[in-house]
Amino acid sequence: MRGGEAIIESLKNMGVKTIFGYPGGQTIPFYDMLYDSELDHILVRHEQCAAHAADGYARASGKVGVCLATSGPGATNLVTGIATAYMDSSPIIAITGQVPTHLIGNDAFQEADIIGITMPITKHSFQPKNPDLIPSIIKSSFEIAATGRPGPILIDVPKEVQEGELSKFDDSIIDTPGYNPTIKGNIKQIKKARDLIRESKKPMILAGAGVIISNACSELKKLSDTIDAPVMTSLLGKGAIDENDDMALGMLGMHGRKVSNDYVNESDLLIAVGIRFSDRTTGRLDSFVPDTKVIHIDIDPAEIGKNVDVDLPIVGDAKNVLSSLNKILKDYEVSDDVKSWANMIKQKKQDLLPRVTYDDIPLKPQTVIKEISEVLTPESILTTDVGQNQMWAAHFYNTQKPRKFISSGGLGTMGFGFPSAIGAKVACPDDPVVSINGDGGFLMVCQELATVREYDIPVIAVVLENRTLGMVYQWQSLLYNERHSQTLLGNSPDFVKLAESFGVNAVKITKPGETKEALSSAIKDNEPILLNVVIDSEEALPMLPPGAGINEMIGDYKLEKDVI
Amino acid sequence: MDLEYHIISTLVEDKPGVLQKVAGLFNRRGFNIDSITVGKSEIEGLSRMVISVHADKKGLEQVTKQLNKLVDVIKIKDITKNAVKRELCLIKVSVPNEKARAEIMQYSNIFRAKILDVTEETLVIELTGDKQKINAFISLLENYGIKKIARTGLTAMARGV
Repeated sequence: MRGGEAIIESLKNMGVKTIFGYPGGQTIPFYDMLYDSELDHILVRHEQCAAHAADGYARASGKVGVCLATSGPGATNLVTGIATAYMDSSPIIAITGQVPTHLIGNDAFQEADIIGITMPITKHSFQPKNPDLIPSIIKSSFEIAATGRPGPILIDVPKEVQEGELSKFDDSIIDTPGYNPTIKGNIKQIKKARDLIRESKKPMILAGAGVIISNACSELKKLSDTIDAPVMTSLLGKGAIDENDDMALGMLGMHGRKVSNDYVNESDLLIAVGIRFSDRTTGRLDSFVPDTKVIHIDIDPAEIGKNVDVDLPIVGDAKNVLSSLNKILKDYEVSDDVKSWANMIKQKKQDLLPRVTYDDIPLKPQTVIKEISEVLTPESILTTDVGQNQMWAAHFYNTQKPRKFISSGGLGTMGFGFPSAIGAKVACPDDPVVSINGDGGFLMVCQELATVREYDIPVIAVVLENRTLGMVYQWQSLLYNERHSQTLLGNSPDFVKLAESFGVNAVKITKPGETKEALSSAIKDNEPILLNVVIDSEEALPMLPPGAGINEMIGDYKLEKDVI
Repeated sequence: MDLEYHIISTLVEDKPGVLQKVAGLFNRRGFNIDSITVGKSEIEGLSRMVISVHADKKGLEQVTKQLNKLVDVIKIKDITKNAVKRELCLIKVSVPNEKARAEIMQYSNIFRAKILDVTEETLVIELTGDKQKINAFISLLENYGIKKIARTGLTAMARGV
């Protein structure tokens, strides 16, 4: 067995069926061996999209996603995708080709020090110096990528290592004494949490992606039910609780739901689970929960106390900690104070539901998201790009299940939406997958229309066309005297013709009702399709301006109850 | 931001790239590392890295936690308060005349420094000690003309068990 075959064998042993990649000079040996193997390979049209697809695969399935690129430019093209996965704790493995060992350091053709380049954006990296090490390295990479706080791993494989014969196939895990994530929460701390909960009259829960990653959604729901605490989420926490639930308030933060932003500071106890308190979630720190006790549960000790001062830290896996907490809360009785708080918040949620009913032309994005919501089942997966499209989707779409809302949160990577949808669809072929994009971000990755066509991956790409780089345009309108510097995109391209040139069907949508109709038939047809939706370029979501506190939103927050 | 002096001792895997990762984490926070020394430890395959740095408390706590997350870092400890500290310094000093030679050798005796190399115009002197001692010695020699200084940077060890 040769090195490249050992990669394939090891991946198969780890349960991998599909990888996303793009060949090049230093991966020719691997691709030659792939030719005879049963491992599926999806040829993307740009390496960045291989990383995003692997990321989308990982987030939709909870399994490790794998992408592959050649040395030098192939590897550097993965960088944005790796950084995206790193910021959002997504377990991917990026395998790169490298120039032969004897040429490393010589500035050889297509040589880049990709291990050095990716050091700050990977959880760990490996460079096998001989083929015998490959099975152990791959197995260990899966272990490290998926456990603790997940993250990307890079494996850089010199060309001659891919070609060299193994003397034996030994895939024993590499000893890493420096890697011991804390899974089990300290019971003393958990008991203190119970005491704080007993004292609390106005508890609230803030759930982040950690709840989804650790499969702790039912434990979270149980905690919320037991102690009658409303649940807010971060952007990436969407799906940790069914957002149609009375107690689910929706997203907190810069573009959060009004009910969350207005009432978080009124709580007397905030139980934050699997969240890192990003600046986009908290607003200005000194006016975020100033008088509230904070319990912070997270698997990564480095996140605790990093941004928000915490009264009670609990380091551990969300599922583990929440189930221990639920156990010792068995005899908890909801007090009248808590009941009236919960009822008040439930009522406020209804009163402050954002307006989604419009019949305007050009279309309001709210209408589009509303119609998408009406068609999609709870099992459907929605991926978003970055910018206004993302915030509209996050704000107006009610995610009902974990791993069904996929978005680039931390890095905010434009161009993530469409390729991550490809990965999600490969992971969950039976669930409808819709990606919501802006016209700016979609054009960064539109070449992947070829990928969905060639492999018949029935992803539905919604392109919200407002001919602006909407988020920056919105900031310029609100904060920079309407000086729209470099945010007007002009009239090119025609997205329908663009899709058609790739052999992908496309529909232009301009009126209310058309999104719903086109989406329903797209799901039925089970074919890749682009829905080119023309929207109002002046529509903007209320926001926290930079430096503002969480309850200092600007802009007119329109309410559904005011619709006549 | 109040910067305080800290000595961090870490036990790390003896592998390429580890030094870069550790230094990178300090760099990201904008902390300038005063010195960093690395060498093999008492355990095979592991190195001990001693980092001295001026840092603010919260920032350093964050760097320490981030260091702990590195797969290659086994242990990490702030030993500022209770450590023996030493640095080694090599100095090449000019010897303008015989009187100077006698004086320099006398100073070397007082500081318990060693003379490693003698030529007609220069001496190479080795001195071990803490930062203050080395700085004091260097300032004495400045009068004669220092040609070169090479310092190892601080290494340190916690006192007691």
